[in-house]
Amino acid sequence: MAKKKIRILIAKPGLDGHDRGAKYVARALKDAGYEVIYTGIRQSPEAIANAAIQEDVDFVGLSLLSGAHNELFPEVVKLLRERGGEQIIVFGGGIIPQGDIPFLRAQGVEAIFTPGTPMSKVIEFIEGNRARVEGR
Amino acid sequence: MDDNRFLHAERAQWEEKVLNKVLQTHPERKASFSTGSWLPVDRLYLPTPLTPEEYQEKLGFPGQYPFTRGVQPTMYRGRLWTMRQYAGFGTAEESNARYKYLLSQGQTGLSVAFDLPTQVGYDSHDPRARGEVGKVGVAIDTLRDMEILFDGIPLDKVSTSMTINAPACVLLAFYIVVAEKQGVPPSQLEGTIQNDILKEYIARGTYIFPPKPSLRLITNIFEYCAHAVPRWNTISISGYHIREAGATAVQEVAFTLANGITYVQAALDAGLDVDRFAGRLSFFFNAYNDLFEEVAKFRAARRIWAKIMKERFAAKDPRSMMLRFHTQTGGSTLTAQQPDNNVVRVTTQTLAAVLGGTQSLHTNSRDEALSLPTEEAVRIALRTQQIVAHESGVTNTVDPLAGSYYVEALTDAIESEVWKYLDEIDKMGGMVAAIEKGYVQREIQEAAYRYQREVERGERIVVGVNAYVIDEAPPENILRVDPSLQQVQVKKLAEVKAQRDNEVVRTTLAALRQAARQPEVNVMPFVLDAARAYATLGEICDVFRQEFGEYQETVVL
Repeated sequence: MAKKKIRILIAKPGLDGHDRGAKYVARALKDAGYEVIYTGIRQSPEAIANAAIQEDVDFVGLSLLSGAHNELFPEVVKLLRERGGEQIIVFGGGIIPQGDIPFLRAQGVEAIFTPGTPMSKVIEFIEGNRARVEGR
Repeated sequence: MDDNRFLHAERAQWEEKVLNKVLQTHPERKASFSTGSWLPVDRLYLPTPLTPEEYQEKLGFPGQYPFTRGVQPTMYRGRLWTMRQYAGFGTAEESNARYKYLLSQGQTGLSVAFDLPTQVGYDSHDPRARGEVGKVGVAIDTLRDMEILFDGIPLDKVSTSMTINAPACVLLAFYIVVAEKQGVPPSQLEGTIQNDILKEYIARGTYIFPPKPSLRLITNIFEYCAHAVPRWNTISISGYHIREAGATAVQEVAFTLANGITYVQAALDAGLDVDRFAGRLSFFFNAYNDLFEEVAKFRAARRIWAKIMKERFAAKDPRSMMLRFHTQTGGSTLTAQQPDNNVVRVTTQTLAAVLGGTQSLHTNSRDEALSLPTEEAVRIALRTQQIVAHESGVTNTVDPLAGSYYVEALTDAIESEVWKYLDEIDKMGGMVAAIEKGYVQREIQEAAYRYQREVERGERIVVGVNAYVIDEAPPENILRVDPSLQQVQVKKLAEVKAQRDNEVVRTTLAALRQAARQPEVNVMPFVLDAARAYATLGEICDVFRQEFGEYQETVVL
């Protein structure tokens, strides 16, 4: 049986325009064989949740460097759950203090990749969840 | 070149008799070497003799065209660069306290960081400001916040740089009015507004309006300041963010100067005289770790800009041809791993900026890959500048690396690569067209991708990240901005709105709208009137938004 083509939305919530990391991750994931959609910068949590549901993605990757992650990441998870995208797996990256990670995980952000993380870790995370995605 | 024939013959002999033997027993570490930006690096550079005419044309003397060796005749022997740490967070009260601390520690200029809602023209109560108020800079909603920000700081004695672009005219107006209230006339004000919108479309993302009206706001500021605020640097044409987005050193210079060309042309098209405004243009560059490449980059940038101003724009005043610049060390070069190593990176970058002849410098703090800097980290960063300034000896002579065979060759190489880009952009119809096509963004992204792949594959070593890694506990002492700050700021905004004369606000905003509708009218006096009436930043920007529309990003991947 052919493997399912995993779909991933990479998004930048809030007002932060630093998109080097988000674009790198998007492109590297594409090169690794995933279907990737990138939203561009300055997206509201509503717009991200709607795009994720409409595009029927399996994962949403959020990138933020401005420090607003504790407000905006959980908001995306909440909206996904409210609008029928509760199965979508959310992960994040950016300048995120270690101390915030337990909180974000408790809010449903399943993994946080901080600066210097190799792409292999992100791919490992996605593959680690493949069974969940394919079992749907 | 004939003079060099002897040396080249000697070199051939050396290669044959000495070098080849060594290479056989001790091969070099890599098959080929390159700079941080992939310019090839030879094993050895030989002198390239210049005739006196060639020397004058390429290098000249400091303070003279083409300014390759610096914009002042004595450089740091006369006066050190301005030590200007970019700072601001939370409320105006907190930032005011940080500025007073930095001034007490020997900092010589202020540099204001605004939060993202301020940078994109939203008041703190706007739903789009959620989570962002006071995070990456200070929140400024009205003149009241600006009054608090500079309370007890004499604006006739301190020069202030403000990192503000899309709504630059509004923040400049707030600053001018605060000065008026302190009894300081605008003619005495010194400082800089970033006011560089093109790099926002390329790299930093805090744009509001489309390019055409944005360029108008910028030239309105040039014109207004030329007579009313003559000592103000009306723009800081910024390569910094272009580099942070992943550009090479060559791309940083090329795209920054291409933006500069666009601003000069826009001002000329608006009927301004080149020598009236060009002397107030300033630049802002990054400093990365490849010391010699960075020094060469600064020297090449000065030489190219001088030629552009003289030959393309027919400037007559030498001041119009001088590229004066602020430098910031490279934020994206800092690592979250082993953060103390960042002090060493920042020191190398500080040397690059100083050996390259910067007029002003911000040194990043070691903890910036983790959060906003703590006070202790900011102090070490400032001390780094002070140690280089007072203890290293590099400030005692002008352009100390000039004549280095390698640095001169690299300066020439960067210059020729930059001209290729400038020609290409001209062919595309200029920088606005190149940005709208996504050309510039794509070039930068290719470089960013290539760099990161090299790091991932271990071809490029980043100490502490892909080599010399240790197990580390998470850092303990990091700065956190109180999340309840948004409520504090929203309450303050409501108070100002309750106290101000709303009729005056309405009248000044209506007058501003009329001015915005007439392209030949300068909006600055109208923005100043609205500022005096305590109109909010969001209200003023909404007028422009309604009249000018909003820019939509060209997403390039």
